[in-house]
Amino acid sequence: MIEIAVTNKVLSLAVSEKVADPANGAVDIFIGAVRNQTDGRKVLRLEFEVYQGMAEKELRKIADTMVSRWPIRDVLIYHRVGTVEVGEKVVIIAVGAERRDAAFLACRYAIDTLKQTVPIWKKEIFADGEEWVQPHP
Amino acid sequence: MQLRVLAFGVARDIMGGSNVLVPLPGATITVGQLKKRLLQKYPPLKDLASFMVAVNDSYADDAESIKPTDEIAIIPPVSGG
Repeated sequence: MIEIAVTNKVLSLAVSEKVADPANGAVDIFIGAVRNQTDGRKVLRLEFEVYQGMAEKELRKIADTMVSRWPIRDVLIYHRVGTVEVGEKVVIIAVGAERRDAAFLACRYAIDTLKQTVPIWKKEIFADGEEWVQPHP
Repeated sequence: MQLRVLAFGVARDIMGGSNVLVPLPGATITVGQLKKRLLQKYPPLKDLASFMVAVNDSYADDAESIKPTDEIAIIPPVSGG
């Protein structure tokens, strides 16, 4: 199963249940969330902009690569866009596999690649200003 | 020809809109030529770590040629996740 979503609705960890399957002995979940500060500056919220069609296509590419590269069965990638408050989830990646090694590796690949290729942009709204985020390797 | 270009993130701020018309000499252009033209028109683009051009929802090489009906987007460094 591969499931991709780019949505402005609040993300709940409950969606990760979708990769639960009796064949999956391991489920690896990554959650990215909005932190309350960056380098000591207080963050009020994030605003995400998206090129919707292309973002879904690039996420699908990532999921297809994961499935072809590692022995995993299920991939779910949900990314939030729009205004996201401190503490809320920005991204949920859930990978189901028979065994854990593949699930960990594929999950790591997914978040690292997402940050390099998926056309989504984050603006940090600070108490004292706002800035488009420069990518972090 | 005139090309309609979508701009996102910091590129939208630099280009002054999310949907910008770019007049071009001639009837055909490559991605590399469009980038050059945009850098002339919007010099702050050169301060970005990089910017990519997407043609019809896919990243495009400089050599790719653009048709007037293509959907063109300027992709500054992405920062999702």
